[in-house]
Amino acid sequence: MDLDPVRISLMGLPGVAVLWALTLAAFGVFGFRAWQLIGLLLKARPENRFDQPGKRVLYFARHVLLQPRLFNERSIGLPHFLIFWGFVVYVVCFNWSLVRGLAPALPAPYPDEVGVAAFFLDVFSVAVIVSLGAAVVRRVFFPPAHLHLSWDANLILTLIGILMLTTLFGAGFRLVGEGKTWSGWTPFGSMAAAAFAKMPVESAHGWAKGMWWMHMVTVLFFLVYLPYSKHLHLLASPFNVFFGNLRPAGDLGIAGGSEEMAAGSTKWSEFTWKQLLSGFSCAECGRCDRACPAATAGFPLEPQQLVQKLKKHIIGAGLAKNGNGSPKLIGETITEDEIWACTTCMSCMERCAVLNEQLPIIIQLRRHLVTEGQMAKTVQDALNNFNRYGNSFGKSDRMRAKWTQPLGWKVKDARKEPVEYLWFVGDYASFDPRLEEITRKTANTFKAGGVDFGLLYEGERNAGNDVRRIGEEGLFEMLRDKNLQAMAKAKFKTIVTTDPHAFNTLKNEYKFEDDSVTVVHYTELLDQLVQEGKLQVARKVAGKVTYHDPCYLGRYNNIYEPARRVLKAVGAELVEMPRSFNRSYCCGAGGGRIWMEDVEGVKERPSESRVREAAALGVTTLVVACPKDSVMFQDALKTAGLEGKLAIKDVIDLVEEATRPS
Amino acid sequence: MDILVLMKVVPDVVEELEVGSDGKSLDTGFLRTILNERDDHALEQALLLKDKHGGKVTLLTLDAPDIDDVLFTALAKGADRAVKICGAGSVSSTQMAARLFGETIAKTPGLLPVDLVLTGVSAIDDLDGLLAAPIAQKLGWPYAGVVTQATLADKTATVVKEFAGGVRGEYDVPTPAVLGIQAAEKPPRYVPVAKVRAAMKSQTIESVDAPAVEAAAGVEVQQMAKPRVTGHAEMLEGSADEVADKLCELLAKRGLL
Amino acid sequence: MANIWVLAEAGRGQVSEITFELLALGREVATQSGAPLEAVLLGSNARELAQKLGAADTVLYADNAALADPVPENAATALAQLIGEKQPAAVLVPLTNLSVDVGVVLAAQLGVPFLNYCKDLKADGGNLTATCVLYGGKMEAAVTAAAKPAIIGILPGARSVEQGRSDKPANITDVAVSLAAPKVRFKKYLEPETSDVDITQKDFLVAVGRGIQTRDNIELAEELAATMGGAVCGSRPVIDQGWLGLSRQVGKSGMLVKPKLYVTLGISGAPEHVEGMKNSQCIIAVNTDAAAPIFNVAHYGIVGDALEIAPALIEKIKARKG
Repeated sequence: MDLDPVRISLMGLPGVAVLWALTLAAFGVFGFRAWQLIGLLLKARPENRFDQPGKRVLYFARHVLLQPRLFNERSIGLPHFLIFWGFVVYVVCFNWSLVRGLAPALPAPYPDEVGVAAFFLDVFSVAVIVSLGAAVVRRVFFPPAHLHLSWDANLILTLIGILMLTTLFGAGFRLVGEGKTWSGWTPFGSMAAAAFAKMPVESAHGWAKGMWWMHMVTVLFFLVYLPYSKHLHLLASPFNVFFGNLRPAGDLGIAGGSEEMAAGSTKWSEFTWKQLLSGFSCAECGRCDRACPAATAGFPLEPQQLVQKLKKHIIGAGLAKNGNGSPKLIGETITEDEIWACTTCMSCMERCAVLNEQLPIIIQLRRHLVTEGQMAKTVQDALNNFNRYGNSFGKSDRMRAKWTQPLGWKVKDARKEPVEYLWFVGDYASFDPRLEEITRKTANTFKAGGVDFGLLYEGERNAGNDVRRIGEEGLFEMLRDKNLQAMAKAKFKTIVTTDPHAFNTLKNEYKFEDDSVTVVHYTELLDQLVQEGKLQVARKVAGKVTYHDPCYLGRYNNIYEPARRVLKAVGAELVEMPRSFNRSYCCGAGGGRIWMEDVEGVKERPSESRVREAAALGVTTLVVACPKDSVMFQDALKTAGLEGKLAIKDVIDLVEEATRPS
Repeated sequence: MDILVLMKVVPDVVEELEVGSDGKSLDTGFLRTILNERDDHALEQALLLKDKHGGKVTLLTLDAPDIDDVLFTALAKGADRAVKICGAGSVSSTQMAARLFGETIAKTPGLLPVDLVLTGVSAIDDLDGLLAAPIAQKLGWPYAGVVTQATLADKTATVVKEFAGGVRGEYDVPTPAVLGIQAAEKPPRYVPVAKVRAAMKSQTIESVDAPAVEAAAGVEVQQMAKPRVTGHAEMLEGSADEVADKLCELLAKRGLL
Repeated sequence: MANIWVLAEAGRGQVSEITFELLALGREVATQSGAPLEAVLLGSNARELAQKLGAADTVLYADNAALADPVPENAATALAQLIGEKQPAAVLVPLTNLSVDVGVVLAAQLGVPFLNYCKDLKADGGNLTATCVLYGGKMEAAVTAAAKPAIIGILPGARSVEQGRSDKPANITDVAVSLAAPKVRFKKYLEPETSDVDITQKDFLVAVGRGIQTRDNIELAEELAATMGGAVCGSRPVIDQGWLGLSRQVGKSGMLVKPKLYVTLGISGAPEHVEGMKNSQCIIAVNTDAAAPIFNVAHYGIVGDALEIAPALIEKIKARKG
């Protein structure tokens, strides 16, 4: 008996010919679409993501094959892992089957004729059918808030159902056709066979072949449909991961990027090819939206929507005959409020399952707005102040070290005498009257710990971290160059700063000519001083405290432990907030947001949400390690009505209290 | 519609100001200058008019340290041409500045004709006059000051002047005219640093020699000093609660509560 | 010494208060120089306004239809003609948005300097010495005004309004001026947007400045104002920001207010603002910067965060009111 499904005649044509025709058609359409999309990437701006191939292969293996990012949401981690690997095996079997069908002369069996493969297909098809049932029940009866019941998703689920049913029943009919009732390799197929046991053998043959054809046609249709749907991520995301960012996340520089990037991007061809690939890779899973403080607070930004809008624009405008008539990216597709809502907290990129880089895209859009001068008046004032005075406070640079006057001792001028540590104080710690006391405590504690340190005094400018993230690239370069010039006059080994924002850009974006320059956060230095016994704990600080991981220290630079070690060393009982470590919740000040107004529709400011989270733990104190956090959370205490119930303290407050000589 | 914008720099009061050794003028050692804020508004108003009607915006300034930065910034914002009047030294008299501007505008080939001359209505160092009116007098053109809006149509500028209490007045001014700008219709635009750098590379600043003019007279500074603080508030100290208590006491005593 | 003139500012049926301030100052100067003080009123059908200027020895009243509207060019030309006839030693011009243009056009016509930002003036023999405020209030200069005549712009607040009011019947002299059609044509007044409250009529005002940081914090100021039936107003930056309407602006280009109690939150005290509020009966200033000039004007000062002080104050006031 011949069960080879291609040895039939379809409408007078040999089955092989029909299969060839269908395959060529499907691959033709698929290839055309792929060629179109790749063509768009080729027209985009350059970015070098071809370096370090070995590292990229390992990166690919880790994130595509093992998918640790998927497991950051427990309910979907394992199912997606199984679906992925099931899919891989199915793809292999399908291609095997297709090749065998196209070339009947090959001396090889079909996959379902090989026991192990047949067993896998059989068991998996049932598992998938059960999962689909669960998915349907979930979608219809218990839809989670973030799940969109899209036509696209439903069609895909239907197609997968067809594929699984044709596999299962194909195996069943095959058994009937072979005159068997049971095969250990296909236990579920055997159960299907039992249902059709009375069917004549010829009919069973016909049905078995029919199932095979239906399966093949469905897959070929899937192939055509895939690059037009959200499941484009299946094809694009592995490449997206392979070409992922291997540089520090805190460096906005683009390797091999064109100079034009500094002026921003307002249409698809002005982004880098890798940024466009992000659009194709998005699986619309919503992880970024759920992690985004702006989205959570009610600002008009959802990172996933933003990436999807970009994708829509790329395809809409990029493939349109002359590009005219399609909506503009900024203003019509993505609003200015969306673009400015981002706090650059890095949560979206930290969570993204396909390792998309949302932030550089947002900053490209911001750069365009800055080039056009379109920004809030408050931001404009801040930028003008940075430009003229080197700080956002609009104070004279000569007043930068005024906070040192009440110290009663002179802090070294690193430009005049060599020091081991150059303390880059930063704007808030220098100029904000609410923080002066903290800054002086830091100075006194450094002194007590025997740290040989000095300042740049009026030579220091804002480090430029947030200026760069507002999108004012030229101003960032100007500030960086001025700081580098001032630093060139100073002799030091290490830069220390209390400001995680300054820390990030100094560490990742300054590119010191002298490789030996290291940049440390003061929590690292305090940790070191306590470990080495240079700072002696004279009295333990009592009480339960919690610690807020600053975005630019934690997610950006992976520094979580020093502050915690210091807090424990001085005797505090540390309780973690539900959102801690890399899931820390942004205070809302980053990316220039500190100079922007809230917009209508904001439900709960990120800083208020955060102090409430801390207060709910029953701790006395929320400990911070960032000057901006001090300011933001102090304000939030007032608006959240938590004054007197929770204290905001800097790490240095506790350290100074514990180590101050009696 | 062509517009001439007159600009000048003034001492930046963000910096500490000190009296010089002559006791009559500022110590220039630590002095930093900044574009007169209202001139920035005059520039913005000119650019807004250019955006609407087209035409050229020409900048005219007195040479001063850092003036090039000011001019390149203005060019980057959209001005078309920049001219500085060189060789007059440091001009501290507004009366004198007005004469230099007036003569230069009248005599320098290629500066006229224009439809409007805009400048800030006043500056923090305008001791012996405001710039616009004497220039208008010199040119024989109409003048309007304290202008907060200006629209142009067919040889007439319709301007709005600000009075007090939110009341404003609308006037028709035949062009060419000189306007003293109090505030532009929109806050001055932001120009990114990269554009200023590009302007520095691609554009040039023209120089003209300062014309000979009669020296300013009639106003002479005898002495300059930081103002003596005459009155000072009684300062209340303590926590927010304590301060609030004290205030309530005081208000009650004054019969306000 | 020749006569001292004060240019009266009048319009829309009222004499501006600054006119009386100038009359008070002018009287001192006239006394010092032994010269008569004359007020010049330019207007049309404004004789009853001239009656109010009894503090001057003489009121020179020019009634001309061309002077009905605020056309600086006409007023300056009229003044120039009168100066030509009567040769005063000095003309004191109110340094207001309305009158400053009269002064500068007049000076330009006569080819003399316009002495600006004058807050005080003295006559010593034949010499006039002015104290002028420069660099946004950072410096004061003693300046001799030697021009003939000396055209001097006097800042609001040089003297109190009361000093310059007089019950004496005004000694009015009619003067004639001939005016051609002006180049600049007055079209109409634009009234401020009608506002929910008239801040000039309130006994209690809470004024907010840039220091309050965000628009949201205006609610806090409103809450404080509400404790005593007052209203919220602001300085120019806050208005420019769009946080409050134009009708709530206090200062030179906004409203002049003198409530019983004026509380400032986060206002540094720029001259532009101070001009509009310094006559308030009691001023309480809250600012984070101890060196802010507002503390030179206020009766009580608190160096601190307005966002901390205001809620405490709201609570205490409410507690006292029961």
